[in-house]
Amino acid sequence: MSGKVKLIDENGLRVDGRRPNELRSIKMEVGVLSNADGSAYIEQGKSKILAAVYGPRELHPRHLALPDRAILRCRYHMATFSVEERKPPAPTRREIELSKVIREALEPAVFLEKFPRTAIDIFIEVLQADGGTRCIGTTAAALALADAGIPMRDLVAACAVGKVGGVLILDLNDIEDKEGEADMPVAYMPNLGQISLLQMNGSLTIEEFKQALNMALEGCKQIHKLQKEALKAKYVAIREEVETCLQS
Amino acid sequence: MIYFENRQIVTPGELLAEGDYSAGSNTYKSGNRIYASRLGLVEQQGKTVHVIALNSVYIPSPGDQVIGRIEDINVNGWVVDINSPYKALLRVVDAINKPFRQQKDDLTIFLDVGDLILAKVLAFDRTMDPLLTIREPGLGKITQGQIVKVSPAKIPRIIGRRASMINLLKRETECKITVGQNGIILISGPTPEHEKLAILAIEKIAQEAHTSGLTDRIAEMIRREKMVKA
Repeated sequence: MSGKVKLIDENGLRVDGRRPNELRSIKMEVGVLSNADGSAYIEQGKSKILAAVYGPRELHPRHLALPDRAILRCRYHMATFSVEERKPPAPTRREIELSKVIREALEPAVFLEKFPRTAIDIFIEVLQADGGTRCIGTTAAALALADAGIPMRDLVAACAVGKVGGVLILDLNDIEDKEGEADMPVAYMPNLGQISLLQMNGSLTIEEFKQALNMALEGCKQIHKLQKEALKAKYVAIREEVETCLQS
Repeated sequence: MIYFENRQIVTPGELLAEGDYSAGSNTYKSGNRIYASRLGLVEQQGKTVHVIALNSVYIPSPGDQVIGRIEDINVNGWVVDINSPYKALLRVVDAINKPFRQQKDDLTIFLDVGDLILAKVLAFDRTMDPLLTIREPGLGKITQGQIVKVSPAKIPRIIGRRASMINLLKRETECKITVGQNGIILISGPTPEHEKLAILAIEKIAQEAHTSGLTDRIAEMIRREKMVKA
C-alpha cells in the first residue's frame, strides 16, 4: 500500500463503507435506446455505462465477412466527460485493448455460426468512470446482446477482485484499483461454469489467487441474478399492467 | 425433469429441462440438458421444448411472403432490402413474363429504386443471398396503402392461431392487411382513419405480444376506438 491513503479502516470497512466481499449498489436497465436493436444501461456505484448492439446486419466492408459465421465487433469508448480531466475523444491504446478483451470475453457466449457473412456490432460507452469499467462494460454488452434477440449459450457476467492493505476485496472502485496491491477482472458464464476473461495486475500468492477467484465467481453469480431480473423486468412490467387493467 | 412453467419468460443460458427431451427452436442441447438460447417464452409440446423469441432479426426461408424495397438495379435484376441481414436478389426471369434483351430493355420501367414490392422467397441457404420471385398472382409492385414495421418475432402473434388475429383485424377495421414474414405489414383501407385504427391495433399487439387473452383485448380496443369516433 502506498501509505498515503488508508483503504481499509480499523473495522475492516473500505473507503466507501463496504465490507471486503460486498458489491457496489447496482442498477440495471434493458432496452433504453430505441434506435439500437438491443441496449442496456448499468450504474454500479459511481460508474455509469451504456451499451448498444446492432445486428446481425450486413457487413461493410464486405471482404471482412466470414463464410461460416458472423463477426463480432466491439468498441469500448470513454466519453470525454467520464473522468475528472477531459479525456480526448480519440480511442487510446487502452480503449483499443479493452475493446478486444471485451469482445473475446463475449465471443464464446454468442452463437455466431447462426448468421454467416454478417456482423454484430457492440458499442460500449462509459459515461462516468469509477473503476471496474471493463467488467461493467462486459456485463452491459451481454445484456444488450440478449435484448437484441441474439442467440447465446449463456449470459456473461463480470466482476473484479483485488487486494488492498493485505485484504482481498470484491468489485474495486477507482481509488482501490489505483492505490491497491492487486486487481483481477474476471468474466464468467454462470450456467456453463466457464471463465471467458481473466486478467491480473499486481501480485497475489497462489493461495490468495485461489481465494480471490472464488470471490470473483461469487460476485459474478450475484451480478448474473441481477441481469436475469433486468431482462425479465422489461416484459413483466407490461404483463402486470395488462393484468391490473383486466381486474379493474 | 422440467424446470419451468409454461409461458414463463426465460433468459439465454437458463436450464429448461434435463433428461429425455428434445431441443426445439431457440434452445440448445448440451449432454442431456436443454438450455434457452434466446430471451423469450418457454413452451413444452410433447417431448420438445421451445422458446418463442421476444425479439429477433428476419432470416429468410423459402416460401415466405415478404415486403421489400428496391435498393439497386443490376444488369440482370434488382437488389432488394427485405429488413434482414441479407440483401435479396430479384432476377429478371422471376419478375417479368416476356423475353428480356439485356442490351436494349430498361429495367426501371418495371421497378425503380425506392419501389416497394410484395414478393416470395424462392431460395436461400447459408452460402447465397436470398432469391425472390414476383411471378405469382397477387405479388408485385405495391401501389397503395401504408406500411408498418414490427419485430419479425411478433409476426406469428399478429397472424394468430389459425389466422384468428389477422382475420379479426381485417373484419373490424375493414382494411386489406398483407403481412410480410420479415416484419413489414401493408395496410390499405377505405379511408386513412380505417388505416390508422389498424396500425394502432398492430402496434398494441406487438407491444403486448407476450401476454395472454390478447385477441379479446384487441377486439375490445377496436370497438372502443370506433365508439369514440362515432
